[in-house]
Amino acid sequence: MRDRMKKIKNMNKNTKSNLITYGIVIVAFLVMQTLISTGSISSLLEGLMVPLCIYIILAVSLNLVVGILGELSLGHAGFMCAGAFSSAFFSKCMKDVIENGTLRFILALLIGIAVAAVFGIIIGIPVLRLKGDYLAIVTLAFGEIIKNLVNVVFIGKDANGFHFSTKDVMDLNMELDGEVIVNGPQGITGTPQDSTFFIGVVLILITLFIVINLVNSRDGRAIMAIRDNRIAAESVGINITKYKLMAFTISAALAGGAGVLYAHNLSTLTANTNNFGYNMSINILVFVVLGGIGNIRGSMIAAVILTLLPEMLRGLSDYRMLIYAIVLILMMLFNWAPKSIEWREKYLSFGKKKKEAVK
Amino acid sequence: MAALLDVKNLGISFGGLRAVNGFDISIEKEQLYGLIGPNGAGKTTVFNLLTGVYKPDAGKVILDGQDITGKKTIDISKAGIARTFQNIRLFSKLSVLDNVKVGLHNKHHYSTIEGILRLHGYRKVEKEMNEQAMELLKVFDLADHADYLASNLPYGQQRRLEIARALATEPKLLLLDEPAAGMNPNETGELMEMIQFVREKFHMTILLIEHDMKLVSGICEKLTVLNFGEVLAQGDTASVLNDPQVITAYLGE
Ligand SMILES: Nc1ncnc2c1ncn2[C@@H]1O[C@H](COP(=O)(O)OP(=O)(O)OP(=O)(O)O)[C@@H](O)[C@H]1O
Ligand SMILES: [Mg+2]
Repeated sequence: MRDRMKKIKNMNKNTKSNLITYGIVIVAFLVMQTLISTGSISSLLEGLMVPLCIYIILAVSLNLVVGILGELSLGHAGFMCAGAFSSAFFSKCMKDVIENGTLRFILALLIGIAVAAVFGIIIGIPVLRLKGDYLAIVTLAFGEIIKNLVNVVFIGKDANGFHFSTKDVMDLNMELDGEVIVNGPQGITGTPQDSTFFIGVVLILITLFIVINLVNSRDGRAIMAIRDNRIAAESVGINITKYKLMAFTISAALAGGAGVLYAHNLSTLTANTNNFGYNMSINILVFVVLGGIGNIRGSMIAAVILTLLPEMLRGLSDYRMLIYAIVLILMMLFNWAPKSIEWREKYLSFGKKKKEAVK
Repeated sequence: MAALLDVKNLGISFGGLRAVNGFDISIEKEQLYGLIGPNGAGKTTVFNLLTGVYKPDAGKVILDGQDITGKKTIDISKAGIARTFQNIRLFSKLSVLDNVKVGLHNKHHYSTIEGILRLHGYRKVEKEMNEQAMELLKVFDLADHADYLASNLPYGQQRRLEIARALATEPKLLLLDEPAAGMNPNETGELMEMIQFVREKFHMTILLIEHDMKLVSGICEKLTVLNFGEVLAQGDTASVLNDPQVITAYLGE
């Protein structure tokens, strides 16, 4: 017992802070779960629990690219989209084949994550050669491309197997018994609603576990070294391309997981600007920026506040967006005004580095 | 005995500027070699050419019998050249310890999965890395500051941390770009001792750029003087420093 106390005392600050992060999630879950089961929470708020989990996973995973790798990505919702559609497609096809909901969901989850990761690799390889604003613009474009792609996909299934088209349902040429699975802009309907608050929280914990442990490992150090000084990282033999791609892909895969959660929370899955487009990508970025770039617990908390705040302010419906906008403008000023940058460099030391000849 | 580093006719241009031209140097194992010259002579550019930051448009670089001309920085690091930078380039938001551990990156391996799941390999290798990094920090009197953020170290210690990080890659050749810049005479004195200690303890071959003549004449065995991108003089420290050409071009009398 005393040994154990000593161990906890000697644990470094990092480990403690990480345990606190997990602790916050678990306690918050237990509190909310109690409130829900005693019926002391509006059904509206209760319905917000799974989306909240989704936002938290998205924010934490985007922080891996923006905060830990130090690159601005505006296509995060695209990876969520890839995970959502691939997993919903799987679940709908398997609805009657795999009756065990848990097993089906786990398989769907793995598929969604894998597909999003593949998209991460395919997009990451060309895109990660770019830096800063250029990277931001190109990732934004790829995010939009993914979202728009699923809007032109029609997939049906009949006795002869799968039919595929990019035109319309008629073009699928199915037998009469055929069933449309992906219906272009109308998306996928009838996905089993397997997502629960509990599953969401488990996924948050897994996401945190992966990101936190990655950051505190050999690979994580390499990623952060690239962020802090690419030239110095190269000079000690760090493979820049490899580690950038690693961070980007893991981040995409985790966003895919959030997409799976999203797809299995709704009966109808469609892709539009608000759920998988740049609106969403920028929302997630706002969580990351507000929570403090690189601060994992911070992005979690920002996601919670910014998701719940509009609901809390529902009474002030006219001012809701105004308040939101003011918060964002203040953040912008804090991050970009020259005076504020000066102040931060002096007191907080996370200013941007200038580019110059290698000296 | 074959030289550890053998450079022949190295050159590069930036636009119309011939920054380095016909540069030759030959450094023996465990030698402490100085590269000096006026501002803008091309000294740092030579380092950048040797480490693959820039690709030379002429010449050859042989390290320990291996041709490394025009190779990528990462491959040159693996081949055995490590360096520090004139403008300090630390991983500013990592701890002092982690800065050195990044230097150890290619000497200690475990997989991403082992790292995320904290398996045996992770714990074993991290422990080794911690021990080795602390060892290096001790050499540079930084062990007490292992948990500091690198950016919070005073200037002189940042320069020493850069050397520790470079040594962590276990190089054959260590390049130091103005290691004493910005240090007071006291700190410079300590640094000189550390450099000599490193050479003896690690059997290190060192090429250093420096403006501080006390340091140069105090510890370098051989010198090359660069002027307008070309070698002006080369040889034993004493004879080079007494060369009338060097005195007019650089030492300024
Ligand atoms: N990336 C680059 N692009 C253009 N010109 C460059 C570049 N790097 C160096 N130069 C030029 O090459 C010349 C040599 O520069 P270098 O930095 O090698 O000098 P140095 O000898 O290290 O000088 P100092 O003692 O001031 O550090 C300078 O005229 C410099 O402006
Ligand atoms: Mg220089």
